Amino acid sequence: MSDEYDNNKSYQAQSSEVMDGSTGSVNPDIDYVRPSEVGEQELYHPHSFIEKWIFCQDAKVIGVQYFLTAVFTGVVGLILSWLMRLQLGFPELAGFMTAEHYYQFVTMHGMIMVVYFLTALFLGGFGNYLIPLMVGARDMVFPYVNMLSFWMFFVAVAVLMASFFVPGGPTGAGWTLYPPQTILEGTPGAGMGILLMLISLSLFVIGFTMGGLNYMITILQARTRGMTLMRMPLTVWGIFTATVLAMLAFPALLVSAIMMTLDKVLQTSFFMPTILKAGEVLEYGGGSPILFQHLFWFFGHPEVYIVALPAFGIVSDLISVHARKNIFGYRMMVWAIVGIGALSFFVWAHHMYVSGMNPWFGFFFATTTLIIAVPTAMKVYNWILTLWRGNIRINVVMLWCLGFIVTFVNGGITGIFLGNVSVDVPLSDTYFVIAHFHMVMGIAPLMVIMGAVYHWFPLVAGKMLDEGLGKWHFWITFLGAYSIYFPMHYLGFIGVPRRYFEMYDSPYMTSAVGMNEFISIAAFIVGAAQFILIFNIIKTLKTGKKAEQNPWKANSLEWYTSTVPPEHGNFGDRLPVVHRWPYDFSVPGAKEDYIPQTTAPSEVIHTEVEKT
Amino acid sequence: MHAGIIFLLVIIGSILFHIFTPWYWTDIASNWKGMDDTITLTFWVGGGVFVAVCLFMIYCVFRYQHKEGRRAEYKPEDKKLEKILTWATTLGVAALLAPGLIIWNQYVNVPKNAIEVDVMAWQWGWQYRLPGKDGKLGTTQVRNIADNNPFGINPDDPFGKDDIMVESDVINLENNRPVKILLRSVDVLHNWYVPQFRAKMDAVPGTVTFYWFEPNKVGEYEVLCAEYCGVGHYAMRGGVEVQDKADYEAWLGEQETFEQLSARYEKLNVDGNKLAKK
Repeated sequence: MSDEYDNNKSYQAQSSEVMDGSTGSVNPDIDYVRPSEVGEQELYHPHSFIEKWIFCQDAKVIGVQYFLTAVFTGVVGLILSWLMRLQLGFPELAGFMTAEHYYQFVTMHGMIMVVYFLTALFLGGFGNYLIPLMVGARDMVFPYVNMLSFWMFFVAVAVLMASFFVPGGPTGAGWTLYPPQTILEGTPGAGMGILLMLISLSLFVIGFTMGGLNYMITILQARTRGMTLMRMPLTVWGIFTATVLAMLAFPALLVSAIMMTLDKVLQTSFFMPTILKAGEVLEYGGGSPILFQHLFWFFGHPEVYIVALPAFGIVSDLISVHARKNIFGYRMMVWAIVGIGALSFFVWAHHMYVSGMNPWFGFFFATTTLIIAVPTAMKVYNWILTLWRGNIRINVVMLWCLGFIVTFVNGGITGIFLGNVSVDVPLSDTYFVIAHFHMVMGIAPLMVIMGAVYHWFPLVAGKMLDEGLGKWHFWITFLGAYSIYFPMHYLGFIGVPRRYFEMYDSPYMTSAVGMNEFISIAAFIVGAAQFILIFNIIKTLKTGKKAEQNPWKANSLEWYTSTVPPEHGNFGDRLPVVHRWPYDFSVPGAKEDYIPQTTAPSEVIHTEVEKT
Repeated sequence: MHAGIIFLLVIIGSILFHIFTPWYWTDIASNWKGMDDTITLTFWVGGGVFVAVCLFMIYCVFRYQHKEGRRAEYKPEDKKLEKILTWATTLGVAALLAPGLIIWNQYVNVPKNAIEVDVMAWQWGWQYRLPGKDGKLGTTQVRNIADNNPFGINPDDPFGKDDIMVESDVINLENNRPVKILLRSVDVLHNWYVPQFRAKMDAVPGTVTFYWFEPNKVGEYEVLCAEYCGVGHYAMRGGVEVQDKADYEAWLGEQETFEQLSARYEKLNVDGNKLAKK
């Protein structure tokens, strides 16, 4: 194969401008973009330090606030995971840890990482920062509500963290909070701990709804002229679809949290059947523990995609920019995101194959679950086909993307094991499940987050992160995380159940001791490696190289702001006008290997791109 | 070092790990070999896709590394290729789903000759009950549970009288005879799980759940609780002893029926009252 491709052919581009390519003469309307129908948004500019940095209405500052708060919870979650791994790998060194502590750490680690870290980071963090910039808006449409959204989240985090300090400690019910044990003696933190957890979740949902309304309406209503839906970067598509999912799924969580609070405080019996504890029949009766599981997973499964879809979108953009090639099959990618989002509401009970629900559900949910594998696989193919015949920069951002592909495919394949109902029977509730979901919704999205941090840091801070440190950060994290979770699947095959404080000496488990030690050591190293990033950020802010505008030569609007970092209002006097999709990389005949979205067709008239 | 080489080593390492791993499933001791086979099939198909995708990615990383002045190909879509990939994936997925559903169909349809075993779970332990000569278990209610009636059998139910109460956390099973495990819980969720049998199901308070298997290897096995049930979860162990027919029947003959148990408690009570009067 040569490096030259058949560029004489006319390719279909995703630009919708009218152009007469055959004669080379320009249609007079070629640059026409419909005038805007409404006036510009009025912005409330800050008057004081507090209004600028604390109770701020600028989506970019709110995004950074979300980001930092989420990272704080992530560090707490990381430390909890270290404590768990200490107990599992080296119980002799963890003498201070009781079973109560262990289960509290497990629970808080899970809840923090899924909800307060990943969800808040992707939607609150990246969503706030990138949506207005990428769609060419001056800010979110409801800046004040957006500010409230962050502070609600902040209070939710504060309440969550407070539960570490109440009598009895935080809840140790497992992050799934399955009743009846969640609110009964015998589970750690069944008093104040669980109440604070439920309150914190409710606050999170309320705060998130405020943010979510903003993301959705900004994307639907505040796009700049020329920014059609099918010209939006996939990042925006991912975040948009995830937000729609969140708006539909979080109410189920809110409802179950409210009902469980009532069961706890007022002895109602939404989820509580007749129960015998310590020889006494409790004052409950008639409720259904499985009802809670349905509600929880009706939220919980879309939640997986609330994390995954923004990651899908972001990684598509990163791969395209750094491979200098348009994303392959853009329309397929958009429909895959939307389709996965819709399907994600029909698969929830695949978490419940052995829950005791009517076993006939298994047929339906196994089928829907495996159907979802098809659009997901299409996305994977399109990522690697984007690399194919690209001009790939192997920089830190691309490394994270490649790491994402490896871990995501790995975790996706094990998902086919667990989704396929009868295969799930031996594997459910074992370490196979732990390995699967950490690979697919822990490590893979984390790879995207890291790639995104290295990619957009120059925009946010105006300085380039150190590549050398970044490479160390990547390789330690990727190789370490892979060696934690890849072998862990095999513990699941042995049959080692999850949520075991201690394995004792079950004959078929003693062989797992060596692996547990190895996994723990890897976990300590991977966790510690994350501080390389923090060091890198501090070092860069102090002495780092100043970033030029648009250092990656990307096309999307966030790189074409009036200043770097962008100021309040983003685009100076005039909003940008969009003429094309953001993936015009290496267009045959064009002068540069990228054409910004704002470039009018008449400026690139010598290219052979034709209209769709 | 080139990034592609490290990624390649990761993939090769994964394959070697899978081939040489000392950690793999325990020897199966039940009829659910089909589950193992479906796992193996999924491993071949899924593992193949994983390796193929990663190798293709690594190839691209080597082959299309950035060179100044070179241009990537400009090709936004390839309808034909996308169609082929979609259908190939759909076929592959269907091929994996089919055996999964077939085995699930077996799993939810209990054979007629299965012997019922009532497993009652509590924080944190197991108790077992078998039907007596009439082959039927008596109905139960949580509120009836007492020292002289550990399963809460309804005293008026004639089927309950001859139920066999196993006073141990180890249950004996007859080899090569299907068992229908009926699961009940008096407090929170539990799950009666023996890794060698592959099968499992949650015990849910307020309802009775079930699953079945046919043990086919004589021996002793450890029972684990596989659904988190509070702070004693990890210590909630029990046992199963699979025996040949003769041994099993000998063991069965030694067990007490509900009637005998009630009578024993009545006697204890009477004796206790006499003691108190003295």
